[in-house]
Amino acid sequence: MVALSIKDLSKNFGNTEVLKKINLEIEEGSFLVLLGPSGCGKSTLLNIIAGLETIDEGKVLIDDFNVTKVEPKDRNIAMVFQSYALYPSMTVRENIIFGLKQSKTPKDKIEIQLKKVSNFLKVDELLHRKPSQLSGGQRQRVAMGRALVREPRIFLFDEPLSNLDAKLRVEMRYEIKKLYTNLKTTMVYVTHDQIEAMSLASKIAVMNKGVIQQLDNPQKIYDKPNSLFVADFIGTPSMNFINGTLHKESQNVIFVPENENINFDISKYDFHDNFHEGQEVILGLRPEYLSSIKNSENVSINLMMRPSIIETTGFDKNVTFNFANTEIIGRFSPNSGVSLDSDIDVCFDLSNVSIFDKKTELRI
Amino acid sequence: MQDSTSAKFLKLEEKSRRKNFFLRSFLYFILILFSLYFIFPLIVMILTSLKTMEEIRQGTLLTLPKTITLDYWKIAWGGRGYGAGDTFLRPYFWNSLKMVVPAVIFSTFLGAMTGYILTKWRFKGDSFVFLFLLFGCFIPYQAILLPMARTLGLLGISNSIFGLIFVHSIYGIPFTTLFFRNYYISIPNELIKAARIDGAGFFKIFFKILIPISSPIIVVTVIWQFTQIWNDFLFGATFSFGEHAPIQVALNNMVLSSTAVKEYNVDMAAAIIAGIPTLIVYVLAGKYFIRGLTSGAVKG
Repeated sequence: MVALSIKDLSKNFGNTEVLKKINLEIEEGSFLVLLGPSGCGKSTLLNIIAGLETIDEGKVLIDDFNVTKVEPKDRNIAMVFQSYALYPSMTVRENIIFGLKQSKTPKDKIEIQLKKVSNFLKVDELLHRKPSQLSGGQRQRVAMGRALVREPRIFLFDEPLSNLDAKLRVEMRYEIKKLYTNLKTTMVYVTHDQIEAMSLASKIAVMNKGVIQQLDNPQKIYDKPNSLFVADFIGTPSMNFINGTLHKESQNVIFVPENENINFDISKYDFHDNFHEGQEVILGLRPEYLSSIKNSENVSINLMMRPSIIETTGFDKNVTFNFANTEIIGRFSPNSGVSLDSDIDVCFDLSNVSIFDKKTELRI
Repeated sequence: MQDSTSAKFLKLEEKSRRKNFFLRSFLYFILILFSLYFIFPLIVMILTSLKTMEEIRQGTLLTLPKTITLDYWKIAWGGRGYGAGDTFLRPYFWNSLKMVVPAVIFSTFLGAMTGYILTKWRFKGDSFVFLFLLFGCFIPYQAILLPMARTLGLLGISNSIFGLIFVHSIYGIPFTTLFFRNYYISIPNELIKAARIDGAGFFKIFFKILIPISSPIIVVTVIWQFTQIWNDFLFGATFSFGEHAPIQVALNNMVLSSTAVKEYNVDMAAAIIAGIPTLIVYVLAGKYFIRGLTSGAVKG
């Protein structure tokens, strides 16, 4: 069943188009992450789903009901905000039940709900405190409690973790994932953090300049980005981009990197567009496919190269090389003897590359 | 070797201590001088109000009274008891109070509401509305006397306390709006969004969520408005006369209208009486005043 669908939605702020003809559909029980750089319209889209922003064109359907003109409170949604937005003058308890009181829920039902939620989120001890007496993580929990207590059809999260420090962020990310695994309620989550997106989502919508660039499951987005933008945005260190041209050679398709005396055989690449002889393209190669490990089963090519920069992360080494007029980064195992003084044998694993047209910047 | 260095340091320490002592004394000297300078008029007023006219004429400004008498305070407050021509402050004090309390409440409330709308319910052209409201802060009082007099006449509330409440409420809106807008703009909009999703409407958000966290700015606004309205002379003198006049007008009449001898003791007592309420408000709420002016952000 489709829980949320958005049809031809456009939104302008004055003369600036914030969202351009957005179409989106998500199944009940899925976790959709809207991912994109700041200013891409992802938060606006979320606010529109919540009913906090008006729209210029198109419609929003929740459970097949057109809610385009319905007030936020009647949309059966709940939202968690970046700044938590807890009511400063109320205690945690009052914060959580404020919504239920507004909807004139019977007192005994409010108590039952409150108990359930505060147990679940482990905030029972905090019920009589004011938000100012809570730590960041506790505030986050209370904000989630306020959303949970309404038992909504859809949860909306607006960058809920970006105010937390790095360690707490990972913890709360885990909590949200746990919450989702337990509840299996539809969730829409906005973030600019691609690791958050990858680890939480069942589906990611990568947005840029008011357009959804790609809507797919996380692995697909990672492995088969359909545009240069998506490829660049997802993954750290980001994908290596090598300029070059495509050629046909008898049965094979080869990629010739610019300014290098070498051919990459990419016959196994799954083209879904035609290309012409000598077409200028960009080949994308994730850093983990550039390493010292030789994999004989896969199509690969080996080169002797001199590292220019070595970064140690603990679980691997990011090694930068100069190649085809650009810098490319490979992931090497931490105990590989890489040094700046000597050439090393680098293996280009070509089993999982992405090829983009240079002009359109789209996958071919 | 070690002894000589430690001796050197002791010497330096001694030197800097002497220097510090000198500078500190100088600082206190200046501070005390200024304090005396500022408190001098008040002392003169209080002393004069306690002296008889004879003592005032014979002594200097700072001569202490031989016997302390509160008679002149009584005269200033309640009059001498002869009929016509006896001006005293009591009825006008109540006039002022009847004017200032509603006017402060109305203007503060309206300012809070306008500030809330201008920051949390943005609409097209709202910044122009705010700009025009700000003009109100800079228009000199004299410029609006005539149009306001005409308006009060048309409304049929000229020369009444109600008319003065009206004028002060209207004239207070630019300032109170400025205060509240600048306070509310620092409160995250997400708070309002959260409340809307929770089902609270325009007024509920205002009264249940914003007003409870507005106490610092309410105090600032109330002190400001109370002082402005209580001390106002121009509007009072222009739009009211006779028995409807506020205390500042009555004070003026009392001091200027004496036909015979100038009674400095009564005048001083009257002036102090007219100033007491603003002092009380400031003493009671003053510490919140500074806090409210400097703090804006509410961390939720």
